[in-house]
Amino acid sequence: MTDVAVVAFAQSKHVAADPNRNEVEMLMPVVAEALEQAGLEREEIGFVCSGSCDYLLGVPFSFVTALDAIGAWPPIRESHVEQDAAWALYEAWVRLQHGDVDTALVYGFGKSSLGDLHEIMTLQLDPYYLEPLWPDMVSMAALQARAYLDATGKTERDLAEVVVRSRAAAASNPNAIVAGTTTADALLKEQTTIAPLRTSDCPPITDGAAVVILATADRARAISERPAWIRGIDHRIEAHSIGVRDLATSRSTALAAGRAGAADDKVDLAEMHAQFSHEELIVRDALGLDDSATVNPSGGPLAANPVMATGLIRIGEAASRISAGGGDRAVAHASSGPCLQHNLVAVLEGE
Amino acid sequence: MSGRAIEDLNEDGPVTKMHAPIRLEYRIGAGTAQSRFLRGVAEGKLLGQKCPVCSKVYMPPRGSCPIHGVPTEEEVELPDRGTVTTFCVVNIPFSDLAPEVPYVCAQVLLDGADTALFGLIAGMPAREVRMGLRVRAEWAPREEWTYNLGNIKWWEPTGEPDADYDAYKDYI
Ligand SMILES: [Zn+2]
Repeated sequence: MTDVAVVAFAQSKHVAADPNRNEVEMLMPVVAEALEQAGLEREEIGFVCSGSCDYLLGVPFSFVTALDAIGAWPPIRESHVEQDAAWALYEAWVRLQHGDVDTALVYGFGKSSLGDLHEIMTLQLDPYYLEPLWPDMVSMAALQARAYLDATGKTERDLAEVVVRSRAAAASNPNAIVAGTTTADALLKEQTTIAPLRTSDCPPITDGAAVVILATADRARAISERPAWIRGIDHRIEAHSIGVRDLATSRSTALAAGRAGAADDKVDLAEMHAQFSHEELIVRDALGLDDSATVNPSGGPLAANPVMATGLIRIGEAASRISAGGGDRAVAHASSGPCLQHNLVAVLEGE
Repeated sequence: MSGRAIEDLNEDGPVTKMHAPIRLEYRIGAGTAQSRFLRGVAEGKLLGQKCPVCSKVYMPPRGSCPIHGVPTEEEVELPDRGTVTTFCVVNIPFSDLAPEVPYVCAQVLLDGADTALFGLIAGMPAREVRMGLRVRAEWAPREEWTYNLGNIKWWEPTGEPDADYDAYKDYI
């Protein structure tokens, strides 16, 4: 295996709606910031990979126009995944294993403000049995939340505690949209919107972008004083139909975490792609974290959720904390598909 | 339910079609660069943007140079005349909004631009339209102008000699 590290991470100042800039205008400064952090010129990047979703932007081939933010002449080596950019990072990690290039730039972007995100996500469901019923994303999540509460005996107060901790952590994150001090009592006074979930259990609609730069072995050491080494990375997927899964657990997360070696040593911090409060509890169980790990120190997706970049941001946030000396070992998790169908786990370590 | 055994349902043959109507609505902004362009068009101006690295002028601008991945902030006003780089003659009416056939769609490279605009060619028989033809914009009456490139009804020949192939060969 070739050692690969995260050497730079930049993200946009996320907002609920960024109506003035197109996706290229949103991405360009973030790409420039990441390159500057790494001290690299565009031409030095060996491979580029992006994650985005045309349905979010309502524009076919928006991932191709997004390349205008990168500069693609003379021709570059480039690829794209139509899902969260955490999987673009996975592809870049695989690509770096070939050994012929030593840097990769990964980006994800999304503007959820342009359409109805909750309905857009319906279109990822199977087209015969589920999608024609138009279950929206929050209703699907609420089914999972109910299954989780029933199976574990936990309550809506446990969900509220996740929100309280997330908002408090987000207070120090300049990119957070939802942050601040609150209490479980205050949150529980709100009506449930789709029981057992309240608006506070759901992520904010967010427009934003993020960029991660990866480098191999010596190159990484030359770029960064303290690279965040990817010591393990794995992703696993479950059946698409939620009717054949145990929604109270996340077996694919547990499997990916096992293969990435998440529990092989002490975990200082974990960034989880938990869009809903109950998802954090399910993923936490699946990762096998004990109480000593700091969970979502950035505030997580409940603080800002630029869909298609949110998972990549988990890896970036975890890596930048490692690089800044805020921990020695971190676990980053990303998720895709309805009700945590597809999960990726990366283990990041300092030296 | 009257009820039929599953094996009887198979007698109807396979289901080969189902309808699942999908409709989504979006509110899309033009972006900073294109908004400036459209505001210009509403005043009868064609505003391109220049790359600070390679000096290419993008028309219409999208806010970046796709070659260099940098913002194109310098604005350049271009004349409403240029050269047909390529074209096609449309002989089949496919929309109620389309002009009477035959009509000609073309790429028009404005003088000073490095990307071509899409437009209709009129004021001459379709069979006489050619690459290198020099054209100028025929604008709709001023009171009809809006934030839309439709303010230019079509492009008409200027009567100038055709442009040299070398002048536009890199833009085809
Ligand atoms: Zn340029």
